[in-house]
Formats: sequence, C-alpha cells, structure tokens
Amino acid sequence: MVDITAATATAGREDLDAYRDRLRAWLADNMPKLDPGVDWDPLHDDDDRASRARELQRRLFDGGFAGICYPREYGGQGLPIEYQRVFDQESMGYELPALFSVPTLSICGPTVLEFGTEAQKQRYIPAFIRGDELWVQFMSEPSGGSDMAGALTRATRDGDVFLLNGSKIWSTYAYRSDFALCLARTNWDVPKHRGLTMFIVPINHPGITVKQIMMVDGTEEFCQEFFDDAAIPAENVLGQVDDGWTVATRLLFHERAAVGGASPYTSGRSAGRAETIGDDLVGLAKARGKADDPLVRRLIGQVEALSIVQGQLAQRVRTGLETGHFPGPAGSLVRLYAGTATVERTNIALEIAGDEAVVWDGDADGRFGIAYIKRQSTSLGGGSTEMARNIISERILGMPREYAADRDVAFREVRRNTMPSSRPTTERSNEGSG
Amino acid sequence: MDLTLSPDQSFFQETTRRFLEGEAPLTRVRELADDPAGFDRGWWRRGAELGWTAFLVPEEHGGGTLSGGRLADLAIVAEEFGRMVSPGPLHPTNIVAGALAASATPEQRAEVLPGIVSGDLVATWCFTEPGGGWRPSDVELAAQRRGDGFVLTGTKAMVEAAGEADWFLVTARVNDGDGGLVQFLLPRDARGLTVTPMRSLDLVRRFGRVRFDDVAVPGTARVGDGDATADVERQLQIGATLECAQMAGAADRVLEFTAAYALDRYSFGRQLASYQALKHRFADMKLWLEATHATVSGAAQAVDGAVGGGNGTRAAGRLGGAGRLVSAAKVYVGDRVPELVQDCVQIHGGIALTWEHDIHLYLRRVTLGRALYGTPDDHRERLAVAAGL
Repeated sequence: MVDITAATATAGREDLDAYRDRLRAWLADNMPKLDPGVDWDPLHDDDDRASRARELQRRLFDGGFAGICYPREYGGQGLPIEYQRVFDQESMGYELPALFSVPTLSICGPTVLEFGTEAQKQRYIPAFIRGDELWVQFMSEPSGGSDMAGALTRATRDGDVFLLNGSKIWSTYAYRSDFALCLARTNWDVPKHRGLTMFIVPINHPGITVKQIMMVDGTEEFCQEFFDDAAIPAENVLGQVDDGWTVATRLLFHERAAVGGASPYTSGRSAGRAETIGDDLVGLAKARGKADDPLVRRLIGQVEALSIVQGQLAQRVRTGLETGHFPGPAGSLVRLYAGTATVERTNIALEIAGDEAVVWDGDADGRFGIAYIKRQSTSLGGGSTEMARNIISERILGMPREYAADRDVAFREVRRNTMPSSRPTTERSNEGSG
Repeated sequence: MDLTLSPDQSFFQETTRRFLEGEAPLTRVRELADDPAGFDRGWWRRGAELGWTAFLVPEEHGGGTLSGGRLADLAIVAEEFGRMVSPGPLHPTNIVAGALAASATPEQRAEVLPGIVSGDLVATWCFTEPGGGWRPSDVELAAQRRGDGFVLTGTKAMVEAAGEADWFLVTARVNDGDGGLVQFLLPRDARGLTVTPMRSLDLVRRFGRVRFDDVAVPGTARVGDGDATADVERQLQIGATLECAQMAGAADRVLEFTAAYALDRYSFGRQLASYQALKHRFADMKLWLEATHATVSGAAQAVDGAVGGGNGTRAAGRLGGAGRLVSAAKVYVGDRVPELVQDCVQIHGGIALTWEHDIHLYLRRVTLGRALYGTPDDHRERLAVAAGL
C-alpha cells in the first residue's frame, strides 16, 4: 500500500539546498556568533546561562528551526535527519542553547516521545521545543553511579500519587530546571531490573530539595536532590509501573548518542572544547614562544588528528545506527573515544602550557591547569569509560558478561550501600526560590 | 569498511574478497616469500580484470568507477589486500595511473594506461631518496636541461615493485632557474637506469633502489608542465590513503581472528574472553578499528572531492583540505593499527611469535604501511602547519 501522506509530505518539502541557504541567512540575521574561548569561565553565572539558553531556544523556535526531527504534531519540524545534519553544519560557530540540547532535547525528549501517553506528549514536548521548560535526569544516586538499576530511591503508591523518598545526584542545572525523568524503585520483591518505574517529576515541588555541588573547578552546575514524601501524581509515570528499566535503557541509548554527537534531536552541536582546544593550543604555543619547537608541533598535530577522527567516528556511528550496520550499544564507541581523547588532549595542553598552567598572574587564566584537575570528568560523566568498555566487549563483540551477585535475586535480598538518611545542613529549596 | 557502499561497490568487494581467498590464500603468500618478483604476472592480470587498476583511469582508456568516488572504490581493493596480506603492485601502479590520468600527454596516456588497466603493464613511482623523507621538498634527484629534454642524475629508494616495473614515474628537481619539481615517465630500458633490490619487512611487497646515471630523457617524457608540486602532493595523498586502507583491512582481520581465539580458548576453566582485563582491551581495539575505518573513508572521500570537478584554484584549495584529512588518517591509523596487532600478539601468547602463526604477516604489512608515505610524526608536522603553526 502506498503511503499517500508520506508521499505528499515529501513532495511539499523544501529541497535540502534551499533549506541550507535559508537557514544560513536566518542564522546570520538572528543568532549570535560564537567567540572561541569566551564561553570558558569557571565562575560564569549559571543563572544567566540558563536564562540565555531559554532565550536562544525560543529564537530557534520562532525561526522554525527548533525540534527539527520532532514530529509536527508536538511542535517540531517533522523533517528527516538530513535536515538536522545541515543544521548541525551551518550552526557551527554560533552560540546555541547547549543546555537545551543536552539533556532536554536529545535525552529526555526522545524518551518522552517513545514512551509518553498522548496527553504526556502534548503537555511536555511542545513546551521544551519552545524553550519554556528545561529538563534534567534524576538517574544516578549517591550510592553509586554505574549500577543504575540498583537505585534505592523509592516510590510508594498512595492513592492517586506515588510518594518519592531518597536522593539523586549529578543532575546538571537541576536548580534552574523544570522537570526531571526520575528512576525509582516501586517493587523490592523482584530482581533489580524488574522493580523500577520512570517518573516525570516536577522539580519545583513540595518535598523536593535541590542542592548545588561545587566541583573542583569551582563550577556549581551539578546538583543533588533530596525527596521527602514528595507526592508525584500517578499520571506522571512514563511507560509502565515496574517497567522503568525498559525506559531507562532507551534513555541511556539516547544519552550515548548525545554524548557522542550522534543525536538527531539537538539544537545543533555546540562548539565544545573538543573542537576549539586545537585553536587554543596554537595560540598558546605561539604565546609561549614554542611555535618552532618540534615536540610542541607534534603534540598539536596529534590534537588535530584526534579531533578530526572524533568527528569522523561520530559520523560513522550515526550512519551505522541509521542503516542498521551497528547495534544500539555502538554509541559507546563515541563515548569511549571522547573519554580517552579528552585525557590525551588535556595532557598535551598541560605540557605545552608548562609552568604557566600551575602559577599565573591575576590577569591571565589558568585554564589548562584547571582543565587538568577536572580531566577525568569526560571519562566519568554519562557512564564511565569502564562501563563503555564492558558494553562494547559484551554487546558489540559478544564476549561473556561480567558476574553479577544481584542477578535473579529479589532486590530486597541484595547487599547494597545505605541511602543517606538526613538532608545536608546547607540547602537550597525550590520552595520560594522561584 | 565504509558503511555507505553502493550495491555495485559491495558486489565488487565480495568478488575481490573471494578472488583473493581462492587465488592468493595465506599459504600462497608464504610461498611467494622466496619469489624475487613477489607476485605472479598472470595472477595480476586476472586481478586487473576485476578492476583493480581501472578506478583512477578515465573511461576513454578503459578505466571506470563504481561510485564516482574513484579513490573510495580503490580503497576497497586496498582494504581487501590488507585482510589477506596480498601480493601485487597495487599501490605504485595505481598511483602512476592516477598521475598520468591527471597530467600526462595524450600520447603518454594512450601508450601506458590501457596496459595498466589490463594488467599487462606494471608501473611505479620513484619519489623518496636514500636518507630522504616523504616531503616534496626532500626531492634532490637532479634534472639538468639539455636541448629539448633533460638529463637525470641521482638515486631513488624504496621504489615499490621496481624489479618488475615496466614504467617509472620519476620526480626530480630542475637544477637551474626556480628549482621546481618536474616528473617524467620513463620505460624500464631507459639507458643509464639501473635497479637494485632492497629488502623489506613484508614477505611479498618488493622494493628497489633506482639509480639514474646521466639518463637522457626527451621533453616528450615529461608529465605535466609547470611545477609538479601539486601533482606530487596528490600522489602522496593517494599513497598514504591506500596504506591506511590496507592497515584498516589488516586490523579488521586480525581483530576478527583474535576475538574468535579469545572466545574459543580456556584457561583456569574460563574463556579467555571472559576476563575483564582482556575484554577492556578488546573494547579499546574495537574503538581503534572503527575510528580507523571512519578516518580512512574520510580521507578517501576528501581526495575524491578535491580531484573531481571545479576549476583549478578551487580544486587546489580543496587539495589542501584533503591533505589535512589524509594526514589525520595517517597519524591515527599509523599509530593505532600496529599497536592493535601487537596487542593481539600479546593476547595469543607465545604462539604468535612463531613463524608458523599468520599474525606476523599482518604485523609486517602494517609496520610497513605505518612508515610509507610519511610516518605518524611526519604527518603530525603537516597537521601543525595546517593548524597555523
């Protein structure tokens, strides 16, 4: 049977080249150009960044370039992935709402799109595509990051609501965000993967306390959340009760794609440090009088090669996933590359910067030294590189799985860490903070 | 393997793989280790019939392309050669074919290209010199103007298939005036040209030293007019990309049989592949392999893009961009693939250090590929220049 709707839509669709021309002109007129390096500031104002992201996402929406691959009925553009790729290419060098791209548009959004009821999709998707509502993930817990299915946060059914108790950690900008996807335990009498439920949690909500965490570079983007009998309406369950792991698995798939630059759902791939550190290093080498040092030249050549290949690998994995050549877990390849290449790049920057990376004048910046102090963040965030190596070896190469003591055991019987019982003394409550 | 192969390319890949597995299995490669030529001419002609030497040659001389991406097509062959550590003058013959297609006179093309396509003629490129490097600026072989022609004096080294070549493309430097680069196409029987065999790590890829003792060449032997640096640059890009494609194919095959070995083999009552210390190394190797394929595709497509279409200056600009991607590939592949093969030696254990085990054939091939057309460090320097240093 011929799909008339699809055929008509294709016939009426703007040609890719015309789209590119129109987009290019629109970006030049409407979006701010990025000044490389300016975005890097360990003490930047986080509140401003969140407001800025909302504003930029709204601009994209008004211009008709937000949610390119999201269906039209939920406020997206309903275009095929080639249009997103054109956007990715053309928007390089512009300031983009990176906070919306990850995790709202690329991780939480596609998960809601896949598992949401019609009412949930109508309620939530248009709002984040418009830039009105920012989302985060409540996945990791203080008791451990890699073993996500071992979540201890509990959701107990109480009439029309679930009462949420426990704590989540490593959510980015939760204190400036509106909603979270939260994985909580609803059944303790079954093995760990079968007793979890995914919830759509309003962050600004009674019983939820958000605390910012100061990281080694002075940033306070990461948060920890504390739940004290927070009442979440039952209609906020995403997917089925006790089937949250199915939802989480897809969420992790979208996360791997996003972290590796392979997601089709972003508002562009912001010029992250991976793309700009090469330029920074050329400037650094010149400033330090090392432009003719053969060792330094080789190191910069290495950084260039690493960055070029990183983009090519992301492209290959995207293609592989789209064509079915690669299984879903292939996203772990880009994730592992990002982790290991960042370590190498950061070390090279430290070497070229020399002693100025560790002691500097007030008007200079010590960013290469500080980058080294937080070097491992790219090997930990979004699932550790050790987990990525397990996934690649087990689920791509088909090697035997690691022994797990909690397999096929009721979660109640599993040895586990304890959940912190009390809230911290310094806290920032959403109640009253707006 | 490129994930976007067309049906024609996939069919061609399969045909080439079956031919190599049937007609040049590793037992045959081992036999050829003692053969002075390193390959059989009749076998080479049959390979040429499949298209191995046709992709960089225009249609009017019997060439053709499967996809429009000529080097991408040829990289398929190189990758299959890597998988089977195959013999034959694949790289030098194709580099010369590409060079002649780009810049030779109609007479030169008509004389040589049909023979290359049919496999009757073997050609090679004389570029690097004893003690020299792989940069165009390293070329010192002197071309002295005499009448309408030139006299060549000097020595070239590491000339692949020099012992079998019927035609030599020679890169030289004019030793008067601006000292620019020139290229000539010379037949094997040119007076004053002598070939001495060299030895190499590879069991079947042969190399030689070529001496030019006052070799008189007519003006009609010149390939291209004006400075040949851009032509040389493109030849180097093709050579480096083909070496990377061979290394990709070799890595593919080695990781394949090493993973199978780790799954088959037991120690302490467990499969080798069940140890996390080894699984994590396999994960790293899988990453290196996929990134290798990605960057080889990127390099081949960039060179194809720079060669095809556009006016001269635009193509020259894109040649620079292609050079950057080729260098990135040579850095990454040249670093990671030999390490991958060494890691696989380690995982196999002592058996992998015996002559009987096949893995050293691959280690030899990729160690050669790492160095030819510039080491990773040579290409890091090129990338530093491209980055503005």
